[in-house]
Order: sequence, then structure tokens, then C-alpha cells
Amino acid sequence: MLRLSNIHAGYGYSEVLKGINLELNAGEIVTLLGANGSGKTTTLLTIAGVVRPQAGTITWNNAPLKATSPDEVLAHGICLSPEGRHIFPRLTVLENLLIGGYRLPASRNSAKLDRIYTYFPLLAERTKQLGGTLSGGEQQMLAIGRALMSEPKLLLLDEPSLGLAPQIVARIFEIIKAINREGIPILLVEQNAREALRIANRGYVLVTGQIVLSDTAENLLASDEVRRAYLGES
Amino acid sequence: MSLPPPDIILGGLVRGSIYGLVALGYTMVYGILGMINFAHGEIFMIGMFTCVFALGLLSTLLGTTTLINLLLATLVAMIFSAAFGYANERIAYRRLRKAHILAPLTSAIGLSIILQNFVFLTVSKDNISFPRVYSDQLNKVAFTLGGVHFNYLQFTILGTSLVLMAALFFFIHRTRLGIAMRGTAQDQLMASLVGIPVNKIIALTFVLGSSLAAVAGVMVSMYQSVAGWNSGYIWGLKAFTAAVLGGIGNIPGAVLGGLIIGLTEDITCYYFGSNWRNSVVFLILMIVLIIRPRGLLGERVADKV
Ligand SMILES: Nc1ncnc2c1ncn2[C@@H]1O[C@H](COP(=O)(O)OP(=O)(O)OP(=O)(O)O)[C@@H](O)[C@H]1O
Ligand SMILES: [Mg+2]
Repeated sequence: MLRLSNIHAGYGYSEVLKGINLELNAGEIVTLLGANGSGKTTTLLTIAGVVRPQAGTITWNNAPLKATSPDEVLAHGICLSPEGRHIFPRLTVLENLLIGGYRLPASRNSAKLDRIYTYFPLLAERTKQLGGTLSGGEQQMLAIGRALMSEPKLLLLDEPSLGLAPQIVARIFEIIKAINREGIPILLVEQNAREALRIANRGYVLVTGQIVLSDTAENLLASDEVRRAYLGES
Repeated sequence: MSLPPPDIILGGLVRGSIYGLVALGYTMVYGILGMINFAHGEIFMIGMFTCVFALGLLSTLLGTTTLINLLLATLVAMIFSAAFGYANERIAYRRLRKAHILAPLTSAIGLSIILQNFVFLTVSKDNISFPRVYSDQLNKVAFTLGGVHFNYLQFTILGTSLVLMAALFFFIHRTRLGIAMRGTAQDQLMASLVGIPVNKIIALTFVLGSSLAAVAGVMVSMYQSVAGWNSGYIWGLKAFTAAVLGGIGNIPGAVLGGLIIGLTEDITCYYFGSNWRNSVVFLILMIVLIIRPRGLLGERVADKV
């Protein structure tokens, strides 16, 4: 349903992505692995319309994605939860959630909120707390909840486990899996390659702006190259 | 030294509420763009002129001089000022958003001078007078307390300012657009990622701030009976001071700062004569900022980003 063909993108004159080809099918979790600075975030930002591709095409449901700004991409149902969570620090938890469904009718809010609160009961207890005062784990839950408010048809998650305690990480991955089971495909960028490959169907490995490896999650978990470079094994 | 009499306090509050109304425009734009819109005083001045001319026109067209005309003229002034505020953002600031902070600031100073000169050269080199038929209807004694007169005009100004401030506060905290505006001020990238049309929200911020400045302009021209091409300069500067005193970027801070400056000014005049007012106002500003650089209600800079 999503296809990147020969995408080149970067910032100013520097080219970060040097011809990315990537595909994501309905119902899948696909993970994008790579070292720091390899271009994972840039890939997601390019799909989300924040970074303009210099060349190449993005296809969404068999038609070229012609959107040129993040709100146009979001209108197609593609929602990015960015690296670093970007919780609005001086909006309350509830306001952060409501703003996630900004362009949708308010009449659907209460049903969506109920669903989010069943995933994250903690958020229901803290609706009036300011986003900036939440812990890292709580902020990540809020970030995912906020993304769900946009009724995404594709969810792009950039390092949802960054800086979180192991139990929280496990919980976040469980919920990502559960969201996917409801039929939402997910493109997951992770440093935590082992956990990511465990829940993903397929994976891509990015090295300095180019895809060097692409396979099923099982095969990637078993491959020597991945074990050495991304799973910290020798 | 005795306490200042109640009419001095009321006068200070009236003046201060006007500063507060104009300060809201500075603080809202700063909150969302991180820049000082130095042309905001001129938006206030354009409101003054538009109202005075609209009143003249309405009096002849309708043949009446009721307060309904004053309401209509205020509305016209708000629309004119809002249009100028919108155009300023579009023409002079939008393209400079990613530039060094000094670029939009310099652009704003340039715009301020251009607008002053434009009015000076094409509209009026002299002060214009607010039509008395309208202000006299309000400039009546409402009651007398301890030998001092209080008039309706003062209460109208104070009341209008407070109602508008409350309305703005409600808008910003309770409506979908208001939440979008706060979100945009806090994190522009994330705002665009949740589908907020950031450019439109920024334009709306200018339109709102400019409309408030227009109402302030109408009330000042009515209160002082005159308006001039340079009226925006000192009123704008004092309102900016109020915004900084209260904590720039902070909405209640702008109101608080305005009231403090207005009161300080009138009380200083009462005790030391009007020659001292500006020195005392700015002295207080400097002292507050040295002790508390973020202003009275401002957040620490670290929290803002
Ligand atoms: N706004 C920017 N302007 C200029 N260069 C940038 C910008 N953002 C990222 N880069 C550069 O682009 C390259 C890829 O960055 P990107 O953030 O996509 O990497 P990443 O794979 O997400 O890394 P990490 O694992 O550290 O998040 C890096 O060399 C980085 O320095
Ligand atoms: Mg990254």
C-alpha cells in the first residue's frame, strides 16, 4: 500500500537518502533498522511531508502521493509520531489527545478516547496534567494515543522505545502489536532491533542512506550480519 | 504623603487596561513566532484613524449620531486593522520565518516607519479630532464620590477591555482553534504533524491581536479626543513594555503588566507631575527585569523551547 521508489532526500545541499526503495503492505509491521545518522528519521520525515524528496516517488494505495505538506499527508491517513515524542508541554494530556484529532469531527472523540484509555489506563487518570510534566514512558504513551486520535491508515513510529525502562519498552511493543492487530499497518524505526524484529513481519537495514538488506524479520534475526551490527552479538 | 485618590486609581486602571489590550498583540505574536512585531503600534494607530473617518462618514450617510454608529465604526476599525495586521505578516514576516531573528525584527521596524509616514503623507500631518458628539454621550458623570467625579467613558473603556480580555482567554483555552494556536506556539513541527494549518493559525494570531489593538485605538482617541500619525509609537512602546514586564509570551502577564504600568504612570503624575511618568515607568521595568529577567508571569526560557 505504501511504496518508496528511488527516493533521494536531504537537508539543503546535503543528500541524506540516496535512492531508497521500500514497500509496506496492508496489515504489516515493517521495521527500519540502521545506525545513528543512517537516515531512518529522514525517511519517515520524507514520507510525512516534512522533508521534500529531491527525486523519486512515493506511492500510496497505487497512486502517487502528491501531498506537499504534513497536513496534506495526514489527510491521506498517514500519521507520523516523531522521534523525541514532541508532546505539547503546556497542553494538558486531554488537550494533547484532542489536538491529535484536529481535522476530524469532534463527535468521534469520545469513542476514540475510550479506546486509547483502554490501551493506556494511566492517561485516563491524568487528563488534566500538563504534557511536559509526564515521565518519558507516559509521554510515549501519550504520543501513541495522540497519533491514534488521527484515525491513521498507516502509522509511522520513530523510536518509540528511546530512553525508556525495559518494562515500559516491553509494554510499548505489546501495544504496537495490538494496534497492528486492529488492522493498522506500522512502519517502525527502532534502535532496539531485537524487540522490533520480534514484532515485525519484515525489516530493512539502512546504511548511510541506502538500503543494504531487506528480508523477513525471522531471517534478519538469524542473519550474522544483523546479529553482529545491530543486536550486539559477536 | 497620602494615598492617591480613587479617581487617580481609576484613571490608571483605564490607561492600564488599554496597554494590556495592545500588549496582548505583542505577546501573542511573540508566543507563536518568537519575534517582536514592532509595527503593532501602527496597527493601533490605523484603528484610531479608521474609526474617526468611519464616524464622519456614518454621521453624514445615516444622518444620525447615535452610539450605534460608534459600534459600527469600531467594527470597521477592527476590520481595517486586522487587514493591515494580516498583510504585515504575509508581506513582511512570513518569508523571514526561518531567517535570523534580526531579519523579521528589522523588517518590523521598517514597516512601522513606513506605516507612520504613509499616514503622515497621505492622510493627515496634523492630529485629527475624535467627533465630540460621540464622546460627549459617554463623557457624563456616572456618580460622585467624595467630591470626585467618575464618568461613563472610563467605565466603558475599562469594561470593554476586561470583556475582550476574558473573551480572548476563553477562546484560547476552550475552543478547538485556541488549542491549535497554543499548540502551534509550543511546537510548530508537531502542530503541522497533527494537521494544524500552521500558516493560517499564525495569520489568525495577527488578525486577533490587530483587532484588539483597533478597539484600544478607538478608546484612546475617544478618551484623549485626538489621534495622530505618531500616536502608535508611544502607546505601542508602553504596551510592549507591559508585555515584557508581565512576561512576554504570557497572556495574563500582558494584562497584569498593562495594569501595573497604567497605574504607575497615573500615580507618578499625581505625586511628581507628568514630566516624571515615562522615567518612572521605565525605571520600574528595568528594576523588575534585573531581579526577574523573564518578567512577572513569564516561564523560564528553558521551558519555552
Ligand atoms: N535538520 C537537519 N539539517 C541538516 N542535516 C540533518 C538534519 N537532520 C538530520 N540531518 C543529518 O542527516 C543524517 C541522517 O539523519 P537522521 O536523523 O535521518 O538519522 P537517523 O538514522 O534517524 O539517526 P538516529 O538513530 O540518531 O536517530 C545525519 O547525518 C544528520 O546529521
Ligand atoms: Mg532518528
